[in-house]
Amino acid sequence: MSTTELKTEVTAPVPEPRRRRAWVDQVLIYLLSFVLALVISAFLIAFADPDVRSALPYFFSQPMDTISAAWESVSEAYKALFSGSIINFSAYTVTDAIRPFTESLYTATSLILAGLAVALPFRAGLFNIGAQGQLILGAIVAGYIGFSWALPFPVHLLVAILGGMLAGSLWAGIAGLLKARTGAHEVIVTIMLNWIAIYLLQYLLTLDAFQRPGRDDPLSPPVAAEGRLPRILGEDFRLNLGFILALLAAWFIWWLLERSTIGFEFRAVGANPSAARTAGINVRRAVTGVMVVAGAMAGLAGMNQILGGSTEYALGNGIAGDIGFDAITVALLGRSTPLGVVLAGILMGALRAGGSTMQAATGTPIDIVLVVQSLIVLFIAAPPLVRKIFRLRAPKPE
Amino acid sequence: MKTRVLAVSALAALTLAACGEAPSDEGATGGATGGTAAADFLGCMVTDQGGIDDRSFNASAWEGLQAAEQDLGIQVKYVTSKSESDYTPNVNSLVAEDCGIIVTVGFSLGDATLTAAQANADEKFAIVDENPDADPDTDGVQPTENIKPLLFNTAEAAYLAGYLSAGMSESGTVGTFGGIKLPTVAVFMDGFADGVAKYNEDKGADVKLLGWDKAKQDGLFAGKFDSPTDGKNLASNLIQQGADIIMPVAGGTGLGAAQAAQESGGKVAIVWVDTDGYESASQYKEVFLTTVEKGIANAVETATVETVNGQFTNTPFIGTLANDGVGLAPYHDFESKVPAELSAEVEALKEQIIDGTIVVESANSPQT
Repeated sequence: MSTTELKTEVTAPVPEPRRRRAWVDQVLIYLLSFVLALVISAFLIAFADPDVRSALPYFFSQPMDTISAAWESVSEAYKALFSGSIINFSAYTVTDAIRPFTESLYTATSLILAGLAVALPFRAGLFNIGAQGQLILGAIVAGYIGFSWALPFPVHLLVAILGGMLAGSLWAGIAGLLKARTGAHEVIVTIMLNWIAIYLLQYLLTLDAFQRPGRDDPLSPPVAAEGRLPRILGEDFRLNLGFILALLAAWFIWWLLERSTIGFEFRAVGANPSAARTAGINVRRAVTGVMVVAGAMAGLAGMNQILGGSTEYALGNGIAGDIGFDAITVALLGRSTPLGVVLAGILMGALRAGGSTMQAATGTPIDIVLVVQSLIVLFIAAPPLVRKIFRLRAPKPE
Repeated sequence: MKTRVLAVSALAALTLAACGEAPSDEGATGGATGGTAAADFLGCMVTDQGGIDDRSFNASAWEGLQAAEQDLGIQVKYVTSKSESDYTPNVNSLVAEDCGIIVTVGFSLGDATLTAAQANADEKFAIVDENPDADPDTDGVQPTENIKPLLFNTAEAAYLAGYLSAGMSESGTVGTFGGIKLPTVAVFMDGFADGVAKYNEDKGADVKLLGWDKAKQDGLFAGKFDSPTDGKNLASNLIQQGADIIMPVAGGTGLGAAQAAQESGGKVAIVWVDTDGYESASQYKEVFLTTVEKGIANAVETATVETVNGQFTNTPFIGTLANDGVGLAPYHDFESKVPAELSAEVEALKEQIIDGTIVVESANSPQT
């Protein structure tokens, strides 16, 4: 082994360990950030509403017109957001009433898995922007096994899940290995690998092996019934085994980071690579290892996209959506801890699921949901700002 | 401090904007008459990832719904899809809104529409450019009673455009390219190729077509629908190889071809597709020889009106020259340049296609 200096500049934010005394403050900041984001978005919703805009020019002669129009549009929008993500009180059946929450968890599944793929490298001082590409590779392999192989039920599903995981691992492993061996910056390498994955998928979907028989569209046949993730609350709900897998994955990452020697090495490398090396930790192995595990998480997210039926079990060019990038938000919001990622994933899943209902019910543009998300992250990233707005005192230092 | 300055200036701006007169109360109750069945009817639409303002088929479908709103006083709304995983939730949220009809746009929404239609037998659907029941994968499934496919045999109109272009070309070379190789794109190119071949056969001419080989079903594609830069590059390549009339079947990417034609200073003309380019892309209006029109707006409007009147059927609508579902737009600025003889021949061909003397064959034509 040569002793060449390995460049591991710590560009990624490494979250401080949580101070137990400050946990109340922490929760308060989160809640207030959410409230602030909703308040600001309320103004945007109001101004986007045509009734409000038509009443605004004569605000001073009949102010109530504007105010009531604004109140109506905002309250209707948020009511729809709630009934689309938590519980629908106006539904006729229990199934319809609780469906929104199951949809939120369903939407959260891929976000949690991809969020873990970003959060874990953060802890080791690496910035994995490549969750998108790793996710696409996972979806390609899991999907291909799903629709072209014929195996009995649990075996088919297991093979497809493992295939997706491995594909994601390998894709991220390339970036990890390049970083460990040559010092190539993982941000650049993972971005490039994203593009390669996107165009690889585009190319594969022009091949007969990936297209539906007799069709020429870039759309694969649906995954065989034996390869689909079974629904856990009956056929009426889309929520499936994938969510349980995501929770298990989060638990595994927690165990890995907090209870295992390997995880200790990961965190040590994140805290200070030079010190870690001096202490006898193999930094190269840790860097590659982190990326491989992270890639497995993203691969699982891709697997969940295709085998969980979010696109009706078919592989298309848009299989990954923006999940790989939303995962960065999830990881930041969750402060890179597994529990945080699960909660942040569920919050964002709920906003997504509710956003669809909000759009259908009130015509509020779905982009508002993105604004809410971004504002929450912005406020959470700046606790002093939130404290100042609400005149809170900072928690006592230890 | 800074926030206060901002707040004050924002308030000032609002104050200035808010000094207008209030409208009188009379007449304010006009508009929605209410009470009639039509006024309670909700026409809904789910876009694909192109979004509502794609100047292409999402926009046309929405135009059709808005026309139905004008005709009958119904209510209309649309839901935008940001990604493929939005399709199913979006369709389902509209089902929950009690829409009278849900129009979905594009083949990629086929699966989501089919699943929702099977789960909600009372809901009516119309889908543009896709026939879920023709899919071999769903052969085992009963043809769905509640989906009306809206399909377009654009090969017929593109055939006329091919003949016209071959007749108008001075260099003896015409070209075409596509956005992404989809059947709904290739069907234009098939018809165009046949039209050029017909001209060569009738006139003993030898006009060459670049960019599409009908026999091999392969040709020139940009790989995307939203990149004018790529479109311009492809068009420039075709122009260098001698093409003086180009048909881009590529949505926004095609605008680059129109730009290249404009820069050629009148040497190169463009055949536009979907909606009359003379109006929808009027910044380049002088380069458009004609447009192969695809009557999505009309089809959506008709399907909606039929549903409001209780005449919904699941029979696929297939736009053809015969039912004006597809057609050639007026020549506009080229009106004076197209020889009377040629335009008469195109008219005659149209009649022959309508009465069945000529059958335009394309593997990409809609299957029923």
